Amino acid sequence: MSELKKLSLIVALLIAIIMLLTAFVPGMIGLTPEWGGADAVAANKIGEMSDYKPWFSPLWEPPSGEIETLLFSLQAAIGAGIIGYIAGLYTGRKEKNRDQP
Amino acid sequence: MHIMEGYLPLIWCIFWYAVSAPFIVYGVWRLKKVVNEHPESKPMLAVAGAFAFVLSSLKMPSVTGSCSHPTGTGFGAIIFGPGITSVISIIVLLYQALLLAHGGITTLGANVFSMGIAGPFVAYLAYKTLRGIAGFNIAVFAAATLGDLATYVTTSIQLALAFPAPVGGIMRSFLGFSCIFAITQVPLALIEGLVTMLLLRYLLALKPDVFSAFHISDKSKLAEA
Repeated sequence: MSELKKLSLIVALLIAIIMLLTAFVPGMIGLTPEWGGADAVAANKIGEMSDYKPWFSPLWEPPSGEIETLLFSLQAAIGAGIIGYIAGLYTGRKEKNRDQP
Repeated sequence: MHIMEGYLPLIWCIFWYAVSAPFIVYGVWRLKKVVNEHPESKPMLAVAGAFAFVLSSLKMPSVTGSCSHPTGTGFGAIIFGPGITSVISIIVLLYQALLLAHGGITTLGANVFSMGIAGPFVAYLAYKTLRGIAGFNIAVFAAATLGDLATYVTTSIQLALAFPAPVGGIMRSFLGFSCIFAITQVPLALIEGLVTMLLLRYLLALKPDVFSAFHISDKSKLAEA
C-alpha cells in the first residue's frame, strides 16, 4: 500500500497546485472573475450574437440557492456513499481472504 | 456544464436525440450482457455510476473566472467501454435536468451525445492507444483528461452548429464557445484525470482480479498492472 500512499500524496499535491493556480490566473490575465456557471456565460453569448429566445424552460427549478445546494450535495453524497460502500466491501473480502488462506 | 434547457432550436434537439438513440440502444444491450455474463461486475458498475454522480456535482472555479464541473465518465469508459457509459450518463443528466434545472429535457439528446458518447469514446480510444506505450497510470490519466475535454469541445461544436456567428460562421462561433467551455475545462479535466487514476489504482490494489472478469480490451495486461 505504500506505493498507493505515495501516489495519493502526489495526486493531492497536484490538485492543490492546480486549484491555487486557477484562483490566481484570472486576475493575472486581467479578468474580473465572477465565478458564475460556464453554461450561463454561453447563454449570454447566444443572446449577444443572435436574437434567439429559449423556447422551453425547465419543468421545475430549485426554489432557492439553498435548495439547489441541498440537491447538489445529495448528488455528491449518494455517489460518495456508493463508492465508499463498495471499496469497504472489497477491503473486507480481501482481509477475510488473508485471514483464511 | 451542459447546454441549458431551451437553448437549442427544435430541429437540433431532434437531430441530437436521433444521433444518440442508437448508441443508447447499443449501451443498454451491452449493459444487459455484462450483467448477465458477469454478475460479479455489478459493484463496479455501481462505482462507475457513482463516480460520475460525484464528479458532475462538483462545480469548480477555473482559469476563465467561471465555474464548470468534471464529467466522471472516463472511469466507466475505461472499464466498461463507451456504450455502457452512455447509459450511465443519462442517469446523471436526468437527475440534473429534473432536480437542478441544469441541462434540460429538450437538450438531453445533445448533452448525452457530448457527455455520454463523444467523451467516453475519446477516453476509451486514448486508454487503448496509450496502455501499451505509456503504462497504466499515464494511460488512465490521459484517457480521463481527454475524455472530459472532448465532452466540452463537443458541446462547443454543438452550439456553434446551432448558432453560427453572423460574421465568420460556424468556425468563429466554435472558437467563441470553446473559450467558454473548453478552456474553462482544462484544469478540471486534469483533476478528473488524476482522481480517476487514483481510484482505479486503489480498486486494483484491493481486488487485483477486479477487472479481469470484465469484457475489456486487454484483460491480461490489466491483471498484471
